[in-house]
Amino acid sequence: MNNHDKTLVKVENLKVHFPVKGGLPFTKKKFVKAVDGVSIEIHAGETFGLVGESGCGKSTLGNAILGMQKPTEGKIYFKDQDLNALPRKEFKDLRRGMQMIFQDPFSSLNPRFDVYHIIAEPMEIRGGMTDEEIRARVSELLHLVGLSDDDMPRYPSDFSGGQRQRIGIARAIALNPEFLVCDEPVSALDVSVHAQILNLLMDLQKELGITYLFISHNLAVVKDICSHVAVMYLGSMMETGETQKIFKRPMHPYTRSLLSAVLTVDVDNAPQRIILEGDIPSPINTPPGCPFSTRCPYAKEECKKSKPELTELEPGHFVACHFPMMD
Amino acid sequence: MKGALSLIVKIWKHPQGRVGLLIAGVLVFCAIFAPLIAPYDPYDVTARAEKGLSPSWQHPLGTTISTGQDIFSMLIYGARVSLMVGLITGILTALIGAVMGICAGYVGGLCDTLVMRVVDVMLVIPTLPLTIVLTNLFGKSYFMIIFIFVIFGWTGLARVIRAQVLVLKNSNYVKAAELSGAGRWHIMMRHILPGVSHLLIMNTALSSAGIMVAEAGLSFLGLGDPTAISWGKMLADAQSGGALLFGHWWWIVAPGIGIFLSVFSFMRIGLALEEIFNPRMKRAGAMHRLFRTLNNTYIQKVFAEMDEAEREEAREAAKEKGGAAV
Repeated sequence: MNNHDKTLVKVENLKVHFPVKGGLPFTKKKFVKAVDGVSIEIHAGETFGLVGESGCGKSTLGNAILGMQKPTEGKIYFKDQDLNALPRKEFKDLRRGMQMIFQDPFSSLNPRFDVYHIIAEPMEIRGGMTDEEIRARVSELLHLVGLSDDDMPRYPSDFSGGQRQRIGIARAIALNPEFLVCDEPVSALDVSVHAQILNLLMDLQKELGITYLFISHNLAVVKDICSHVAVMYLGSMMETGETQKIFKRPMHPYTRSLLSAVLTVDVDNAPQRIILEGDIPSPINTPPGCPFSTRCPYAKEECKKSKPELTELEPGHFVACHFPMMD
Repeated sequence: MKGALSLIVKIWKHPQGRVGLLIAGVLVFCAIFAPLIAPYDPYDVTARAEKGLSPSWQHPLGTTISTGQDIFSMLIYGARVSLMVGLITGILTALIGAVMGICAGYVGGLCDTLVMRVVDVMLVIPTLPLTIVLTNLFGKSYFMIIFIFVIFGWTGLARVIRAQVLVLKNSNYVKAAELSGAGRWHIMMRHILPGVSHLLIMNTALSSAGIMVAEAGLSFLGLGDPTAISWGKMLADAQSGGALLFGHWWWIVAPGIGIFLSVFSFMRIGLALEEIFNPRMKRAGAMHRLFRTLNNTYIQKVFAEMDEAEREEAREAAKEKGGAAV
């Protein structure tokens, strides 16, 4: 947890719009606004949580940060360098510092490769290592994620979901990345394995000082492991800041209803569920004002007209709402 | 090399595959060592004294009525043409289909549109009449037959490969490789090509069998190379030489069995491969499969079933996960 204040990844007003296929010629082209003007800053060594419901643009944002998806607008800085302005070669070199852990451990490992080749592949691609060095490194990585040398010649089909996720993690950290995007790393696993994988991730962070962008819809997990959190809805940031502050006093109506959905053990003192009416608007026709205005129980005329900006309502706590709930 | 060997061992372990492998092995042996095995020179048309002999120890399948060629020797030499045309066409088809399919699927964009439009056009052109026209135009040679079948044969395969490549291209392990800085070439050779190789191998075996029948048909119609000896041409000779008139049934049956065995063996190998690559494949009746193969709809069905099996697997995995979570 050293140099905690240094910004590692900075996203400025990022927009990712996908053109909609079809449509008549000469009509206005339609776009799916998957990410619509998001800015975040991730400090070195921290775990940054990104929460929101399905289809709100979390994964697209993750992909864009990794340079897998060209942004329509906006800039992404990694170690103070503008990713999309770099020449191809330098871009590739810089991006090696960022890796990803995938949601589905079943499809993220090539079934034709054995474990050794899966983990060795990134090093083989980068080059500059002898076979012995690679073998030693693979062995080291396997031990680091809690597997053994005997697993090297085995194939992904021989492993359980949790073990496969460990292999995926070993592959992701093979090149000593500084930044890892974890795209719902535990949601495809059995509940009993969740804690194991999360503990592994936290241990790795302590040992290697890796920064995480933790994409999840499991609020309980985010609350436990993230130091900062951002809540997304329909491609826009609703609320962001230090995890404790947001969980203690959510100010955005959307965050409130989201948090009320977290299951608690204490049945008698369970918070009142805030159930939202209606469906998420289509990301093709986003509301002109606040994205949440169509479902917000407190929406007023102004909310439908102008989009609220993120404003710092208390130190380290930003909310995008015209009428934040200060109680 | 190691992979090829283990694949052959796998086919050998499959009961149907073993039959196919044995027959194909014998045929290949005959084709390669034809001059050593054949008792007479089948091209020798000067044996005037020995015309139209019945089977005997000197001539196991007799001689032809018109020119007195030894039918047994012709049969052995005929394997050369049949296997050569079938295998070369099958392999070339697989190669072009793979390149085009991967181009369309992986490179995408303009390349994809271009290849797929060409495929659309090629698919609606009937091959057989075109072959007849072109062989008449450019001369009757096996080169021409192979050329035409290759030019029109890769289209269906390219479509299937493209679909598979699109699936692989978006898979997470390709994404992970890209994150490590892998170039297009690396991803194509390490992830995409091995991912579609089973389709290629299977297609080669099955389409080779189909081409052998087509070659025999063309030769029978007199569209093959008139100087070569092939099973189809033997049938044509038997027809024109009056084998039926003189009751020389062996002259007709011999090349028929040759054609049958070569097609049968390749089909067995193809079907065995398909069960090796896709163990969940339901064992449909052999005749039904043969019928579908000859109608060129079989391979599509196989691929559809493989997709279905994969989806089923994913669904089961999801179900398991759901069950465990509860």
